[in-house]
Amino acid sequence: MSVTIYVPGDSGALSLGADKVAKAIANEVAARGIDAKIVRNGSRGMYWLEPMVEVATEAGRVAYGPVAAKDVASLFDAGLANGGQHKLSLGDPEKLPFLARQTRLTFARCGITDPLSLADYEAHGGLTGLRNAVAMAPADIVKQVTESGLRGRGGAGFPTGIKWKTVLDTAAEQKYIVCNADEGDSATFADRMIMEGDPFVLIEGMAIAGLATHATKGYVYIRSEYPHAITAMTKAVEVARKAGVLGKSVLGSSQGFDIEIRSGAGAYVCGEETSLLNSLEGKRGVVRAKPPLPAIQGLFGKPTVINNVISLASVPVVMDKGAQHYKDFGMGRSRGTIPIQIAGNVKHGGLFEVAFGLTLGEIVDEIGGGTATGRPVKAVQVGGPLGAYFPRALFDTPFDYEEFAKRDGLIGHAGITVFDDSADMLKQARFAMEFCAIESCGKCTPCRIGSTRGVETLDKLKQNIEPEKQLALVTDLCNTMKFGSLCALGGFTPYPVMSAINHFPEDFRPATVAQAAE
Amino acid sequence: MVMQPASTELAARTAAVISEMKSLEGPLIPILHGIQEEFGYVPQETLPIIADALNLSRAEVHGVFTFYHDFRHHPAGRHVLKVCQAEACQSMGSEAIAAQIKQKFGIGFHETTKDGAVTLEPIYCLGLCACAPAAMLDGEVIGRLDADKIDEIAEEVRS
Repeated sequence: MSVTIYVPGDSGALSLGADKVAKAIANEVAARGIDAKIVRNGSRGMYWLEPMVEVATEAGRVAYGPVAAKDVASLFDAGLANGGQHKLSLGDPEKLPFLARQTRLTFARCGITDPLSLADYEAHGGLTGLRNAVAMAPADIVKQVTESGLRGRGGAGFPTGIKWKTVLDTAAEQKYIVCNADEGDSATFADRMIMEGDPFVLIEGMAIAGLATHATKGYVYIRSEYPHAITAMTKAVEVARKAGVLGKSVLGSSQGFDIEIRSGAGAYVCGEETSLLNSLEGKRGVVRAKPPLPAIQGLFGKPTVINNVISLASVPVVMDKGAQHYKDFGMGRSRGTIPIQIAGNVKHGGLFEVAFGLTLGEIVDEIGGGTATGRPVKAVQVGGPLGAYFPRALFDTPFDYEEFAKRDGLIGHAGITVFDDSADMLKQARFAMEFCAIESCGKCTPCRIGSTRGVETLDKLKQNIEPEKQLALVTDLCNTMKFGSLCALGGFTPYPVMSAINHFPEDFRPATVAQAAE
Repeated sequence: MVMQPASTELAARTAAVISEMKSLEGPLIPILHGIQEEFGYVPQETLPIIADALNLSRAEVHGVFTFYHDFRHHPAGRHVLKVCQAEACQSMGSEAIAAQIKQKFGIGFHETTKDGAVTLEPIYCLGLCACAPAAMLDGEVIGRLDADKIDEIAEEVRS
């Protein structure tokens, strides 16, 4: 009987040598005359175990990791093809605590299936949501998505169904679905993992959005820093087109929908929806003033649904299992699950999809296992470069849009960067301003000028030049940026800066600064 | 200022890229990517040709070209090494790693070694934040960078 061996083709696994492992396995299989098929799956999201090799046995999947190419011969000696014991054995991957504690709705197939096999996708529940949607009226699809409580996973948390309703209600000959895959925030990789590990779920979600709003054309705008995701999505779209999921008729229905993949060009600000639309149109990626909302005048001036990858990839499960099923997870106004990305200086880094409501402390200490260096956790930045730094004192904050906002933070795209006690928060605050200066689109003054002045002011503070005055200045500047900027780049840069100042005043105190300078 | 007329060969190659992409909606960025793939950078001489083909002003094309970090004004080295300097990598010592790399090659960010072997650039996030510090060498991703891996990279770019 042919045995199936899974070696992730996910970028994270590739960065740790998965290609070499796959090659070594292919060589061993050939040399030993084993009848085996190697599948390049996505990642399960346990990056400290990557490359994690899995074998499908009669008793289920058996995992090994982290596997290096040099381990492969001994793995086959130990009987890897039959799930034999080895020092790298992990047993049933689903029983590993990190996976067992999760609720995988959006990531249900990621790491399990062959990302480019539509048959595999369907065998694991794929396309059921789209089939249901084909049989429904657009307004009913929108209603179901609205009732699920799904909110934009890109960071803003705007209810997805309401956005769709505006597009549905706006009459136009041409409408668009734009998927924002410009996942530029440090600590985030959920979009990348879905695109590389289960691209059909995104295609299905976009097709449903198309049916729901009468949009016939979709674009996926993927950042150029993700070459593997671009390749995977491009191939998956071709497969979906051939199978009749995309094209002139979606699964035999009267409506057509097709998708085109576009590459970004290295501008962080293009993750902001209106600058992304400008970029797609072939313009400078500058932010547009709102209104008009993209839902009314979006891409090429046409009504446009613009959603993040995870928002769209969460739609198929809503259409498959129902609004109530999805809504039953979560807390308060944050319904469903959120793929938390645990990153940086952490022992167990990876993707953890779970209902809203875990506390930050549970995520960092219990699930993440503390720092990789073994030193105490000093700060965690939640929500990427525009997110606040949280000290241990706020580790009781539940993971929820509103709860984070109450503590002057944001969950953003749900990335968490852990820092140990060697972190210098003045330096981190300066970096936030510097990054904003590098990436500002230049349209509004608070962001364009404010960020540069912020760097200069923090440099003066570092040099202990009238420190109290500099602190007052930077606070005032942050206030101006927060309320005067056109988009979240200038508007949210104050979050990391002010949270660093407020929660870690010792790093900004003149005496400490002076001593450090000596 | 008199513009140097584009060489026939350059013009032909540019026109070929344009004709392949022109039918796309909003074709300018795909065209600029195509030009960079064709020439290794975006030669100034191609901009008026693109402007003409898309019925845009040269200023508009110049504005788009200069807005995006990806588009090169000059050819890069034979290899391009991008080292992530964003927060998750910072937490794992990416600054020190970058310093080691700079020392190893004797160049700073945005510079190319004298022998043209490698161009060094900072990058802000490769989505390898749980495998930090990370880098990308000619499109190949590298996680958990350390001194040994830097040696391997040096060997590869110099061979």
